Amino acid sequence: MNKLGRAIHNIHAADAGRQGRAGAVHPLARLLVALWYAVAVVSFGRYDIAGLSGMLPYLLIFGIWDGISVKDMAGRIFPVLVLTGIAGAANPFLDREVYWRIGQNGVTGGMISMATLMLKGIFCAASSYLLMWEIGMEGICYSLRCLHVPKEFVTALLLIYRYLIVLLKEAERMMQAYKLRAPGQRGIHIKAWGAFVGQLLLRSIDRAETVYESMLLRGYHGEFAGKYFRWEKGISISYVLLWGMAIACFRAVPVFELTGNLLQRI
Amino acid sequence: MDKIKVENLCFAYPNGNQVLHNVSFRVTEGESVGLIGANGVGKSTLLKLLVGLADGYQGRVYVGGASVEKRNLAAVRKNAGYVFQDSDSQLFLSTVYEDVAFGPRNYGCCEEETERRTMEALRKVHLEDLRDRQIYRMSGGQKKLASLATVLSMEPEIMLLDEPSIALDPRNRRNLISVLNELSAAKVIASHDLDMIWDTCGRTILLFEGKIVRDGRTEDILRDRQLLEENGLELPLGLQRRGIDPD
Repeated sequence: MNKLGRAIHNIHAADAGRQGRAGAVHPLARLLVALWYAVAVVSFGRYDIAGLSGMLPYLLIFGIWDGISVKDMAGRIFPVLVLTGIAGAANPFLDREVYWRIGQNGVTGGMISMATLMLKGIFCAASSYLLMWEIGMEGICYSLRCLHVPKEFVTALLLIYRYLIVLLKEAERMMQAYKLRAPGQRGIHIKAWGAFVGQLLLRSIDRAETVYESMLLRGYHGEFAGKYFRWEKGISISYVLLWGMAIACFRAVPVFELTGNLLQRI
Repeated sequence: MDKIKVENLCFAYPNGNQVLHNVSFRVTEGESVGLIGANGVGKSTLLKLLVGLADGYQGRVYVGGASVEKRNLAAVRKNAGYVFQDSDSQLFLSTVYEDVAFGPRNYGCCEEETERRTMEALRKVHLEDLRDRQIYRMSGGQKKLASLATVLSMEPEIMLLDEPSIALDPRNRRNLISVLNELSAAKVIASHDLDMIWDTCGRTILLFEGKIVRDGRTEDILRDRQLLEENGLELPLGLQRRGIDPD
């Protein structure tokens, strides 16, 4: 399977929305918990890497609960790691004040803030991935509608997502056709880029239009009547309250720092 | 009662290409009509006009008793299910169940009713065991049957099928034919697969250059070698093999 094929496969796999093991939880409850987690993660100070590490248990618990492969998740969030790494690359040069010492080597504030930034990015991306894994794109859009986000916005979001798949599929077909007639050539020749992109857009628009027609013919009227989620009120409220408190505890109690101090005393 | 009534239908694309000229026909309740003709004679365009996917036609088109015009499109589309030639265009949700349930949910069915219709449609096409299968993991034949189920779940009175047997292996094609023959809805099937038309349609309309050349019993039209060849077609393979040739 080539890169585009893998990308399509990954989108479909994530899109299936397994609803995790707590299937009776309303998607909105899951979205609220994920948002609360993201807010808690970004609220840490730029040098508070020890405190930030305390947010890891949330990801571990959900990851194990839903049986998610660490390798798969690492693959998904790697681009975020690269992006945050680039965003924080200047920090070590700008902030040279030494905060810690590991043997003879000093760890500067710039290094810590860069690591904190990368960790924040990884945590937020991982929690988004977990959310996507649990409720899928439709669950997210359904939750947004429950929050009274305008239907135009939610529908546009869902359609962009759908059309992304259409675009990738068309790109995959064109790439395959190109490669079969250009053996031994790596990638697409620069001379063909213009025509390739133009064709890709035209074909994708054409396909997207047919998909839209198919939706219209099956009663689509501007509101996406998607997946039906079975949920229970009591379980959903308990889920939000318990996870809300747990995340607040992870945020307030520096678990790793306390454990470190305890170990030092012992 | 007429389920489809088309009178003096003329249609041209915005670029001026005249596709249909004075097309008139009727389809009654439960009737199965084959729409045949060479490439580009207007079969797909005619089907699209019947569900309002192409506008700006001249003449009169009634589907399920409602005139095909903007204000009636919801009623027309509720009565008439359209199966696209390309299953990938028809199926756009993650799993078979979700895609088949899309229509009933949009038409306001409660979840119990949606589930009943969805499972009934999947049973009709023998895909009930694949209800939770992800679409992208399905074969071409399964996708085709799932496409059919997406329309069946809306319980339409009229079904319009554009090349339903394309890209199907012999077993899936046979399966499709038996599924189509079991359906009680009025059907219009556009296809180049004349053997399938022979097996599923009692009546056939032959189009050539946007005009109806012949409208009659399938057997009479598909046995007429001269008529078929004059209009860019050939005798069905089944007849060729059996040596049934009136000439």
